[in-house]
Amino acid sequence: MGEQPLLAVERIYREEYGRIVASLVRRFGDLDVAEDAAAEALLVALERWPTDGVPPNPGGWLTTTARNRAIDRLRRESHRDAKHQAALTMHDDTPHEPTGPVEDDRLRLIFACCHPALAPEARVALTLRLLGGLTVAEVAQAFLVAETTMAQRITRAKRKIKDAAIPFRVPTADDLPTRIEAVLAVVYLVFNEGYLSSSADADPVRAELTGEAIRLGRILRGLLPEEPEVAGLLALMLLTESRRTVRVAGGELVSLHEQDRGGWDRALIAEGHALVRECLAINRPGQYQLLAAINAVHTAAPEASATDWSQIAALYAQLYAVVPSPVVALNRAVVTAELDGPEVALAEVDRLGLTTYHAWHATRADLLRRLGRSAEARAAYDDAIAATDNVAERAYLARRRGSLAP
Amino acid sequence: MTQYLFSVHHGSEAYDRTPEEMQPSWDATGRFNDKAVAAGVFVFAGGLQPAETATTVDARGEAPIITDGPYLETKEWIGGFWVLDLPDLDTALRWATEASAACGEAVEVRPFHGD
Repeated sequence: MGEQPLLAVERIYREEYGRIVASLVRRFGDLDVAEDAAAEALLVALERWPTDGVPPNPGGWLTTTARNRAIDRLRRESHRDAKHQAALTMHDDTPHEPTGPVEDDRLRLIFACCHPALAPEARVALTLRLLGGLTVAEVAQAFLVAETTMAQRITRAKRKIKDAAIPFRVPTADDLPTRIEAVLAVVYLVFNEGYLSSSADADPVRAELTGEAIRLGRILRGLLPEEPEVAGLLALMLLTESRRTVRVAGGELVSLHEQDRGGWDRALIAEGHALVRECLAINRPGQYQLLAAINAVHTAAPEASATDWSQIAALYAQLYAVVPSPVVALNRAVVTAELDGPEVALAEVDRLGLTTYHAWHATRADLLRRLGRSAEARAAYDDAIAATDNVAERAYLARRRGSLAP
Repeated sequence: MTQYLFSVHHGSEAYDRTPEEMQPSWDATGRFNDKAVAAGVFVFAGGLQPAETATTVDARGEAPIITDGPYLETKEWIGGFWVLDLPDLDTALRWATEASAACGEAVEVRPFHGD
């Protein structure tokens, strides 16, 4: 082990956690049994690996160890629990079900975690805990709630899965499109919370969350290679992540126009562009693919002035046809400003009236600034600052406000 | 298998409708019941008289207290329900979708205790 032995165990455990738990859930049909056994396997690894070395297939080793521990425990308890006894005698899990081209335990698990019968905040928490291998404390930290609150939320969700018999199964073809949507929404939510933290108490950009979302995105991509929206979401996250390190400078958010493009991560961009090309070839566009394509156009421009705005406008028109939301319209208006000027764009923006949304005020402020309407721009900057808690965004807006002509 | 309670909640206005108005949903509900019986998932179903016909008995104290009216004073109460025996929640939600379309009301799905 090159790194510190105990850290290596923790890292491998986290990486393998989703796989271990998912495999045990299939075997024993019970989340608590699976999680307890996985935790026991970690203790064994922490004891043995530093002296014996990491086994050649650490994930397989952890899964086998956890499975044996679960069987031992169930045997001990079986005299007082007929249900567990049934689980023991069940040789290899449930009858083989046709679950489409790919079957993976983690896929079954993520569909259970993101089940529409669970509250959205519980879906995100469960996914990070069970698939991402984050501890309850880490999940609590990610959402800035007390650990006991998060523990209750997760426990309640797990109890509902058990008592209401939410299945660990890939949904049928009929249900798949809407159910995938819920899974992708959870992953994108995790990413966005990392990319622009909504809290004043957290770092403005939280790489641990964007990294986790991308990791989940890669797992989904591996499991559902035929679904273009899955590829689209991964591409979108990669292309966004490629700009992360230059997105904040001196504690201040840096706009796309002003970013040092030399600091963009070329490997992530190349991977994202390849995925976008793959999506184009499949030709079943959806919102994540279109957002990815827009980001592909941005990241293809060597400098801001070289941006192909007319292509971006065409993509936004397509996106608006798929998702006719005011937020999409707002972003489209930003493109209008580049093509038709700030006056036309401002009329579009004002029609939207998203008065509680920080980006609406910030967009108005910028358009008013460009039109030389300083007093109105100043008021709009004030409204934008009041509507966001992200420290880097507030700093950026305050500087722009300060640089207005009198 | 898990037994699920499919309950239909509505207010008193549901009882003000004429039989002619109600007939289509009665027919659809009948067809839904037949389908559930044929599928072998039907346990029980029934429609209830309005809540003002309810009587509440509380025998927690020394002498039972009998009160006219439902336990909770609410604007909406259970107007009818099904009990179906189904393999999992996904299946239950599909049946509930049909049940809701048939009776023309929202349907709450709730599992019974197992064992």
